[in-house]
Amino acid sequence: MTMNEKTVPASSGSGGALREKRRSPWWEVWRRLRRNKAAVAGMTVVILLLFVAVFAPLIAPYDPNQTNIKIRLQPPSAEHLMGTDNFGRDMFSRVIYGSRISLYVGFIAVGIGAVFGGILGAVGGYYGGRLDNFIMRCMDVLLAIPQIILAIAIVGALGTSLLNLMIAVGISQLPRYARVVRASTLTVRGQEFVEAAKAIGASDTRIILENILPNCMAPIIVQSTLGVAQAILAAATLSFLGLGIQPPTAEWGSMLSSGRQFLRNAPYLTFFPGVAISIVVLALNIFGDGLRDSLDPKLRQ
Amino acid sequence: MLRYFTKRLIFLIPVLLGVSIVIFAIVHLAPGDPAEVMLGPSATQEDIGKLREQLGLTKPLYVQYWIFLTNALKGDLGRSIKSNAPVLEEILERFPATLTLASLGMLFAITVGLPLGVLAALKQNTWVDALCSFFALVGFSIPNFWVGLMLMLLLSITIPILPSSGFDSWKNLIMPTIVLGIQTMAVIARMTRSSMLEVIRQDYVRTARAKGISDRLVLTRHILTNVMIPVVTIAGIYFGHSLGGVVITETIFSIPGLGRLIVDAIRAQDYPVVQGGVLFFALCVGIVNLLVDLLYAVLDPRIKAQYRSAK
Repeated sequence: MTMNEKTVPASSGSGGALREKRRSPWWEVWRRLRRNKAAVAGMTVVILLLFVAVFAPLIAPYDPNQTNIKIRLQPPSAEHLMGTDNFGRDMFSRVIYGSRISLYVGFIAVGIGAVFGGILGAVGGYYGGRLDNFIMRCMDVLLAIPQIILAIAIVGALGTSLLNLMIAVGISQLPRYARVVRASTLTVRGQEFVEAAKAIGASDTRIILENILPNCMAPIIVQSTLGVAQAILAAATLSFLGLGIQPPTAEWGSMLSSGRQFLRNAPYLTFFPGVAISIVVLALNIFGDGLRDSLDPKLRQ
Repeated sequence: MLRYFTKRLIFLIPVLLGVSIVIFAIVHLAPGDPAEVMLGPSATQEDIGKLREQLGLTKPLYVQYWIFLTNALKGDLGRSIKSNAPVLEEILERFPATLTLASLGMLFAITVGLPLGVLAALKQNTWVDALCSFFALVGFSIPNFWVGLMLMLLLSITIPILPSSGFDSWKNLIMPTIVLGIQTMAVIARMTRSSMLEVIRQDYVRTARAKGISDRLVLTRHILTNVMIPVVTIAGIYFGHSLGGVVITETIFSIPGLGRLIVDAIRAQDYPVVQGGVLFFALCVGIVNLLVDLLYAVLDPRIKAQYRSAK
């Protein structure tokens, strides 16, 4: 599926009526997306969560790192909506602040994977031949290692830090972007407007950036939306294993990990962070599904 | 067909070679020095130097890699720094538990996911469909380690009917199976649904119905056989994925398998075990993919015919 530039009329100055009819393809996508109730709900939740993350200090009733042994392990109450942990920290505030790290890690990791994977895929697809073959075989190698194990190995080697976590998750997602971009590059490569660009003497870099990539955006966006969901899951998993974000930082995976030992007496410590992860990932998945449907109506039956 | 599979088997070699380079590079990027780790903080500089020499760590990296590779080809993956046992021995000792778990997880995923997808497709656009589809989406989205903890809370603590850790009886296997299989189950359900919806509209299905074949026969003989192919593909891909999932499952339920071996090895900087373990995982993924290809031919006579003519 490509957003062909062909849909833009060759003589764009030929009267307003024609332009009115042929709105940008993105407007068309937005129109279809709006009609999909589930996708709109997913999008709303994602936007809401972004707000929560940005305005965490205003929403959280307490300082997420303020310890107070006197009120440790209190069950949920009006004062502490999600209870308090073993250091007496307010769980609700910690869950609110946790959204920051999760979304941050999710978006940056996908950014790393999509940019580098995208470059590899576009270059491979555009030039073809041996280079393409080499790049894709390298991706096969990365795909041969289960994603989470690859990420664990990278974090293990680089050491645990926020940046390393994002790099590890990003690299483990790299092959899928490379494949998606390569596939759409192949479909776009032979089209007239690419040839036209070549004919007027545009450089390869310019053709890839200005003609090819904009026409591959649809699958990249869908893949990235679903990718953020999986990156958030992967990051939480690594933190849960003690290989990601380290305590005392408020992060959902590591909160689950430290709440685990109190599963018997204080199950709310593991319940709420898990619910938070599930909601984020679910919303992103629903939104991503809807986006895919509206970008490619053919797939929907 | 045999020739095709021999060819595929040979293609596996460069991939494994690539994996060995990648994992070797990753492990040797690690800042810690294995000799220091082995001897502990009280070791003298002299002892560390001697051990480095002994382990071959003073040689250039490409020489170290060559030694690792030639030994690996002979089935020698080195010795664990922590236990001093041969790495391959440790892997094989723990592999049965992991394989059991992964297979059971897959079995669970198929036995629940397939009917769920079929049901959703047959009742398309009804509340049954919505429920099944939502269930699948939830299964795909919730973190499996959290599912594990919640199951434990429910079935080991609140209603204590299942043990929360260990690997002795079938009771130990129930919760890990669900945790490991839930994501694959969701994926299979979704794939089955969309594949069903496509097949149901095919002409041969209408023809079969027109001939007066019972609904059940049309479903089992005409629809499901065609639905299976994309489903098997996805299941195969996710089997490799769920092999990675054992890392979580084995950690939560304290099962002595391969996943925990690798995680523990990374924490202890036991690099020969990490290297060998990851390489072994990649080998398993490769073999599973090959088996999936074999299964295609069994499921789809058209593919079988293609292999024959390719001969």
